[in-house]
Amino acid sequence: MSTPDAGPAASFRFAVNVTPKEGILDPQGRAVEQSLPHLGVTGVGHVRVGRRVEMTVEAPDEATARAIVDRLAGELLANALIEQYIVEALGGASSTATRAGT
Amino acid sequence: MGVRVGVVVFPGSNCEQDTTWGLRLAGAEPVELWHESADLGGVAAVVLPGGFAYGDYLRAGVIARFSPVMRAVAAFAAEGGLVLGICNGFQVLAEAGLVPGALLRNRGLRFVCREVAIAPERLDTPFTRLVGEDRPLRMPVAHGEGCYYADAETLDALERDGQILFRYVRPDGTPAGETDDPANPNGSLRAIAGVMNAAGNVAGLMPHPERAAEAILGSADGLPILRSLVAAAGERTGAGGAARVSAGATA
Repeated sequence: MSTPDAGPAASFRFAVNVTPKEGILDPQGRAVEQSLPHLGVTGVGHVRVGRRVEMTVEAPDEATARAIVDRLAGELLANALIEQYIVEALGGASSTATRAGT
Repeated sequence: MGVRVGVVVFPGSNCEQDTTWGLRLAGAEPVELWHESADLGGVAAVVLPGGFAYGDYLRAGVIARFSPVMRAVAAFAAEGGLVLGICNGFQVLAEAGLVPGALLRNRGLRFVCREVAIAPERLDTPFTRLVGEDRPLRMPVAHGEGCYYADAETLDALERDGQILFRYVRPDGTPAGETDDPANPNGSLRAIAGVMNAAGNVAGLMPHPERAAEAILGSADGLPILRSLVAAAGERTGAGGAARVSAGATA
């Protein structure tokens, strides 16, 4: 498959990691914690269960792409009342390449 | 000819027929509003029914928030239009910021489907004016994400400003506790079952008044809530037909 015509746009891959804010009840995290003794694991606490959303963004440069992701994260992917998020750049993704590594 | 009340239908809504039936029992002429419509068709009030709009993907209510009909509902609410969200409809209103707070996963992690008792905090609102007396109302809940949350400062403000509409109560009418109290089905903070916006024209509640709208359903305690909405909407229609037209035009 050929790449799109000579436009300046490039592809950037991002992940948005969303977790419950500090102090917000996280019954899923607590359920995970309560399961740990059954695995014989001790010394693990403060488990917080969130979600991770990955996406490819077409934009002229990485800063523009990141601004789009930030907007999506703030308006859609996370609810600021109860959740926090971290945007993570996963590196450029050309039209042919998959992410390097295993 | 009854008061026309819109019932929004999202993909995944599943209480629109019960809500339509309940509204009809309450004397309204219900009108279904499809989620892709940006026009409310001049209805006098809007109800967002229960269900799993857009599969509850991402967070319950958040995808629905961005649908064309919700832009129209937000404009309608901004002009003082009456909006009631039931269960998933409450979640949509909270995600849209039209009522304060958020609905978290139930504290017990389980989907809870059973009858609860709630009591109105106020009897002078468009949603409770025909409830008549401050007594526990029996109606079902059916949800997995109904644990009402707002930070302590917001909760204090809601109490101070009279924005708490319903609380879960014990059989004797006293408010349920937050934890380990079967009267509070989801662990809602301060046992909050329903809230209003500051202007008092938009409300959401997790229990289902439309599933308790006639005796054959086991309880008719929900009907006065629907009748209150219909009566208040009827007064608005009588007073401001022109306003409704302009609300449709701006959508």
